[in-house]
Amino acid sequence: MKLTLHIWRQAGPNVAGRFETYQLDDVSPHMSFLEMLDVLNERLIAEGKEPVAFEHDCREGICGSCGMVINGRPHGPRKRTTACQLHMRMFRDGDELWIEPWRARAFPVLKDLIVDRSAFDRIIAAGGYISCHTGGVPDANAIPVPKPAADRAFDAAACIGCGACVAACPNASAMLFVAAKVAHLGSLPQGQPERYRRVRRMVEAMESEGFGHCSNHYECEAACPKGISVEYIAQLNRDLRRAALVGEEVLP
Amino acid sequence: MNLDSKIPAGPLEEKWQRHKNELKLVSPANKRKFKVLVVGTGLAGASAAATLAELGYNVHVFTYHDSPRRAHSIAAQGGINAAKNYPNDGDSVWRLFYDTIKGGDFRSREANVYRLAEVSVNIIDQCVAQGVPFAREYSGYLDNRSFGGAQVSRTFYARGQTGQQLLLGAYQALMRMVDARRITLWTREEMLDLVVIDGHAKGIITRNLVTGEIRRHAGDAVLLCTGGYSNVFFLSTNAKNSNVTAIYRAYKRGAGFANPCFTQIHPTCIPPSGEYQSKLTLMSESLRNDGRIWVPKNAGDRRPPNEIPEEERDYYLERLYPSYGNLSPRDIASRAAKRVCDEGRGVGPGGLGVYLDFSDAIKRLGRDVIEQRYGNLFEMYERITGENPYEVPMRIYPAPHYTMGGLWVDYNLMSTIPGLHVLGEANFSDHGANRLGASALMQGLADGYFIIPYTLGHYLASHPKMEVTTDHPEFQRVEEEARARLERLVAAKGRRTVMSFHRELGKLMWDYCGMSRTADGLRTALERIPALRAEFWENVHVSGSGEELNQNLEYAGRVADFLEFAELMCLDALQREESCGGHFREEYQTPDGEALRNDNDFAYVAVWEYTGPDLPPRLHKEPLVFENVKLTVRSYK
Ligand SMILES: Cc1cc2nc3c(=O)[nH]c(=O)nc-3n(C[C@H](O)[C@H](O)[C@H](O)COP(=O)(O)OP(=O)(O)OC[C@H]3O[C@@H](n4cnc5c(N)ncnc54)[C@H](O)[C@@H]3O)c2cc1C
Ligand code: FES
Repeated sequence: MKLTLHIWRQAGPNVAGRFETYQLDDVSPHMSFLEMLDVLNERLIAEGKEPVAFEHDCREGICGSCGMVINGRPHGPRKRTTACQLHMRMFRDGDELWIEPWRARAFPVLKDLIVDRSAFDRIIAAGGYISCHTGGVPDANAIPVPKPAADRAFDAAACIGCGACVAACPNASAMLFVAAKVAHLGSLPQGQPERYRRVRRMVEAMESEGFGHCSNHYECEAACPKGISVEYIAQLNRDLRRAALVGEEVLP
Repeated sequence: MNLDSKIPAGPLEEKWQRHKNELKLVSPANKRKFKVLVVGTGLAGASAAATLAELGYNVHVFTYHDSPRRAHSIAAQGGINAAKNYPNDGDSVWRLFYDTIKGGDFRSREANVYRLAEVSVNIIDQCVAQGVPFAREYSGYLDNRSFGGAQVSRTFYARGQTGQQLLLGAYQALMRMVDARRITLWTREEMLDLVVIDGHAKGIITRNLVTGEIRRHAGDAVLLCTGGYSNVFFLSTNAKNSNVTAIYRAYKRGAGFANPCFTQIHPTCIPPSGEYQSKLTLMSESLRNDGRIWVPKNAGDRRPPNEIPEEERDYYLERLYPSYGNLSPRDIASRAAKRVCDEGRGVGPGGLGVYLDFSDAIKRLGRDVIEQRYGNLFEMYERITGENPYEVPMRIYPAPHYTMGGLWVDYNLMSTIPGLHVLGEANFSDHGANRLGASALMQGLADGYFIIPYTLGHYLASHPKMEVTTDHPEFQRVEEEARARLERLVAAKGRRTVMSFHRELGKLMWDYCGMSRTADGLRTALERIPALRAEFWENVHVSGSGEELNQNLEYAGRVADFLEFAELMCLDALQREESCGGHFREEYQTPDGEALRNDNDFAYVAVWEYTGPDLPPRLHKEPLVFENVKLTVRSYK
């Protein structure tokens, strides 16, 4: 099939970018979206032009590297699918595609479709963990976890840190990302001792990184390739209120 | 080349404990004076970095990814082994040890493998304490499943995303130490070379992938945790950026490279669909718990699978290996798939595929149970192929997946260069000629959480502290070499893309050094690789410059190293005149087509020493001594 691509090109963080248009005539419906971009890049290189810079690694929808807005939607038209898992059979012959990077103050563009998402790492560093050190922990089965709690923790832990939630949010909030980690660890007995400290520190870090506030648009859930639920945001807010009341103390 | 494996004396069961008692320690106050450079943030690197920082070392961590959480370990699906024996089905440290050493076709060290089995139980405890959400039963206790090459259920899992959850656990531990200012994190920073001073590893040269800046980093020890090199085949299940550069550069600086030809071809991957194919996707081995593998009995049968009656199907694994059936080890299952396809019984485009069929399991357990167990894998399959595996059997074919070979290390995980330690898939240590499923995650975390924290201290305490700064002339020299290579790549401005060379190399390696190998084929490859490499340096076209974010240049540097390394793999495959594990030499097989091992002549680790540009590498041998297990023909019949 034939496609027209309008791709955001930006040489570096401090220069202006713009859309450039490319024509592809021989796209197979079995290709992945990134393979389609590979084909374009091979052509550009052969023509002596700069290939489009985009981030990718696993191409299996799990590493969270790939991320681009396709026709206005983070990761493109297919629900619960990363750009690398999107296949060209989702498009029609003659389609026109607009491809651009995540746009958010906290994710500055580095080049073309690549943005700097290190703010996410700093949020995790602020408290997205259980502070146990290596060794000296009890036998794994000494901490039974009711299956529903384990499942809930898992559903939240499935976040791949791609940033689509931020890209989708009109306020560029990272609330879903933060809430997912807070819910993952907060659903488990092991995560209780630091529960309130964690939520407070992570939210503070989120704010200081320049992410916006959550005003309940829920675009994040719709864009999330792992289908992480906005319910976790409600839980985060409950924990945050409680943290304001009790400080970092965890009562039984 | 000194290949003292430093295996401690004493009975197998006591070696590690005794060794730990005898290792030298660094006092708490002194630890922060030692700077440790950790390259890689996969399971091995992240667990090592976090643990060493907790102990008080000054740790610097490097990764070419934008975040430590993206390391390729994130993609591991199926699970992690541990000899917990929670299901009470007869497992033990000994049994895990024995399965692993037999699974590796008796080409690994007894003492290393035993230690791995021994610490496996601590890994699960550690991960649970960190909050890794492993699968649980309704009781709240941990659930297990079985994996290839084992007759017990010892695999812990987190749906089909075990690697992700384990890595996030280690990543979070690492980020905690970043917050505590015990770890300095260098992301988008690629190691280009190793700096060796007075015979010790003392630093690395890196390139910042955003600005192109080349930097020097000095340290008291270097840990390479840089993963495997399956991408030498171009198409593999590895992440696109995985590469051999870090360990290959270390090899060129004097580290012995062990068993480079030992690569694992995984039996259950989605077959390629066209010329543009960029990578292959694994369908976890855990699927073989419930899926049955078959092909039509008759060659050339092109009917859709549901029209082929039961009696015209050949469930060849169940037929050939009745006691392990669909859970036969990977090398065996891969070769069997190749054989039936070579007989013209393969299915799908080009006849390169076999069915993995869940219809019986769905009938027996219901669709819900299958969805619970494998939902995300089925979804992934459907996305890629457009076919619904709940209704039509999956089509699968073997693909390069894991590399058992790697830098040679002694029992302390130290390479032949003192101070250079190698962890995880990057070393050769524990899997012999074939790795069993769910044991790479186990090894990476064993190395990082429970072995290096002891052995690194011993190295640091055993040598007088050498104060090396980046002003040392050796840093200057190595940096200039790295810079010159990049400049040469950018300057070539030829007519072929980097990817076209990589593809061609990959095809060559798959044809001649892949699932089955012959002396003739390997000689052909050994003639063609240098020619391809020469053409690469003449005719490659790299766009842009070195002073900017340039993915094409990053790629070119990695492919340049693959083009040299491929030759080493073929040389190794050629000298090993036997078949063992994943290394199948057609000349050495039993009448029914099974691998024919030769213990008299080849029970050794092949360790290659770099001798200089355009000179043949020198082969050294570390004999493998088996005192506790009897070498048997590896039968899964
Ligand atoms: C699809 C798939 C599924 C798998 N499933 C399982 C499973 O179910 N069970 C199991 O046990 N095993 C599984 N494996 C194998 C297992 O995942 C890997 O062997 C293991 O995760 C490797 O971990 P590692 O820490 O050694 O390296 P990796 O996770 O590959 O990490 C390498 C790190 O090194 C960095 N790096 C590399 N080179 C450089 C450089 N030059 N400069 C800077 N940084 C560098 C990278 O950025 C990365 O951080 C699977 C593998 C694949 C491909
Ligand atoms: S490339 Fe890893 S999630 Fe898309």
